[in-house]
Amino acid sequence: MTEIVLREALKRGLEEALENDPSVFMMGEDIGEYGGAYAVTDGFLKKFGPDRIKDTPISEQAFLGAGIGAAAAGLRPIVEFMSISFTLVAFDQIVNMAANLRYMSGGQISVPMVIRAPTGAGVQLGATHSQSFETWLAEVPGMKVVCPSNPYDALGLMRSAIKDKNPVLVAEPALLYGAKGEVPDEYYEVEIGKADVTREGSDITLVSYGYGMRPTNDAADVLAERGVSAEVIDLRSLSPVDLEAVVNSVKKTNRAVVVDNARRKGGVMAELAADLQQQASEWLDGPVMRVGSVDVPWPYNRGLEREVLVDKDNVLDAVAEGYGL
Amino acid sequence: MASSTKSSSKTSSKSAKSSKNGKSGTAGQDDSGVGAKTDHLELFRQMYLIRQFEIACGENYSKGLIRGFLHLYIGQEATGVGAITSLRDDDYIVSAYRDHGHALARGLDVNRSMAELFGRATGTSKGKGGSMHLFDAAKGFMGGHAIVGGQLPLAAGLALAQQYEKTDALTICFFGDGSTNQGIYHETMNLAAVWKLPVLFFLENNMYGMGSSIERVRAGGIDFYPGMATYGIPAAEVDGMDVLAVKEATELAVERIRNGEGPQFIEAKTFRFVGHSLADGQKYRGQEEVKEWEERDPIVTFPAQLIERGLATADQVDEIKAAVDEEVAKAVEFAEQSPEPELSEIHNDVLA
Repeated sequence: MTEIVLREALKRGLEEALENDPSVFMMGEDIGEYGGAYAVTDGFLKKFGPDRIKDTPISEQAFLGAGIGAAAAGLRPIVEFMSISFTLVAFDQIVNMAANLRYMSGGQISVPMVIRAPTGAGVQLGATHSQSFETWLAEVPGMKVVCPSNPYDALGLMRSAIKDKNPVLVAEPALLYGAKGEVPDEYYEVEIGKADVTREGSDITLVSYGYGMRPTNDAADVLAERGVSAEVIDLRSLSPVDLEAVVNSVKKTNRAVVVDNARRKGGVMAELAADLQQQASEWLDGPVMRVGSVDVPWPYNRGLEREVLVDKDNVLDAVAEGYGL
Repeated sequence: MASSTKSSSKTSSKSAKSSKNGKSGTAGQDDSGVGAKTDHLELFRQMYLIRQFEIACGENYSKGLIRGFLHLYIGQEATGVGAITSLRDDDYIVSAYRDHGHALARGLDVNRSMAELFGRATGTSKGKGGSMHLFDAAKGFMGGHAIVGGQLPLAAGLALAQQYEKTDALTICFFGDGSTNQGIYHETMNLAAVWKLPVLFFLENNMYGMGSSIERVRAGGIDFYPGMATYGIPAAEVDGMDVLAVKEATELAVERIRNGEGPQFIEAKTFRFVGHSLADGQKYRGQEEVKEWEERDPIVTFPAQLIERGLATADQVDEIKAAVDEEVAKAVEFAEQSPEPELSEIHNDVLA
């Protein structure tokens, strides 16, 4: 085991794919000469050359679309967006093309492409650079969406995403690029679609993903001090979602609070809460409580942004409100 | 770059003019050089097949056997046939939603194409695609795309793969004048030029984006090819009603792309004789304009030229027509008799 930060974990996953598979190449804005806005691809241009590390014009539709074409032809492009908010510019290509191609061609064409994008608020980038659109793309059939919260999952999920035959969005929590964690030296993968029970408990199930794991874990710590044993689940994969893992946990704890780092409305956790209500109601002692960031455009001011962002107190309030714990 | 743009557009506008004057000069030009190998009757067969296929589609749409949106290629046959005949088997073809003509010119199975329109299990996409989404990956026919302009970067990406794998294969991308006002059009032109991708952008300018005449929605007139100078992409204009002129212009562009000269652009002036889709009452244009173009109908003028020049006999033309009529009738029969997809198919082909 080696302790590395999440950025290095992603980098390791990308680098070994570039080393081992000649059909893997990367595209994105300033990933080459500049080294990547978040330095994930720093040094790649020198090591792999401009044919495989392609700096693109600021044309999200065109280069994402070109990634789809290259994937349809059998290559394995990894396309980087500088921010997940910029995926909006290319949503037509992601949804109408990448995700639909296989179905509308009757299975003739696959799009084995990885889309990488930093996601989430917290560093005062204002309304247009702080959003979390992995929640929107998680609704789209024909593609997968993952979001790691730690270096181990980041590397394991990246390996699986690159090997996957479908379009996979890897949403990278921008606030966690520097987060440390242990990573095995030997090869492993994290299966897409499998949640991780990161803390076992018996009194209440807390579910989150990505940066949302921080307030969730913090809340679990506080609950532990109060003698409440929380089971914590990291979804890791938002599409497909491991509903079974969550239901199994609820069968044990009879209580559930789901925590979305994104805006509360219409998020991944809204979907999960509805499914839980339907599939686990007989085991639930109360309503599935749903927590998320405030439904407003992201403010710039630090104090305002912190207030909007979901935190451990929001989680604890929901636990108290729903279950009196 | 600039000089080749000029010469390229000159070459093809010359052939466009000669045919516009009604001198049937292009067929004659084709007697020597690359065109000497031209199988004129095969070009006619393909154009006639497309015409009859489309007529049959229209009839079956009226009967309710084909649903959804149906965009017919009637009038534009010379464009797709002239272009696609100039390609190799390992080239990719990308089309928009008016894709039947390109699919048939590429040799997609007529039965299975018709069955796809009928939504049957035997269709090219097992009935999941429909008229706007014909595919045959084995033949390099990569769709059938129905978001206007959305297919442009797909073509650039296919070309990127061809370049990446160091082949001399190329990708041709068909699109209409309507797509040129999409941002993605400009993004893709620039990207392809910056990366020198082996892609042939083939604009079928049929003068209307659905009901909007390009004169109403585009600043700068009805010619798009001069604008390609902005991207340094050599561009040519060609008469889209003249299959041999289209073929000649395409061969020239294809040769340049295979020589590593990067993306090329051809603008074919063409016209759909029918509405945008079967739902179109054509209130936005006069019948005089349609008639004017119909006088240059390649299905009529091309065989007449061939007979006049002694390149074919009337009997040969009639034989082709009879064979194609039968082929299309059988395709309709095949489609009608094909089974509906099983409901269990709903969940197949979502993910690989």
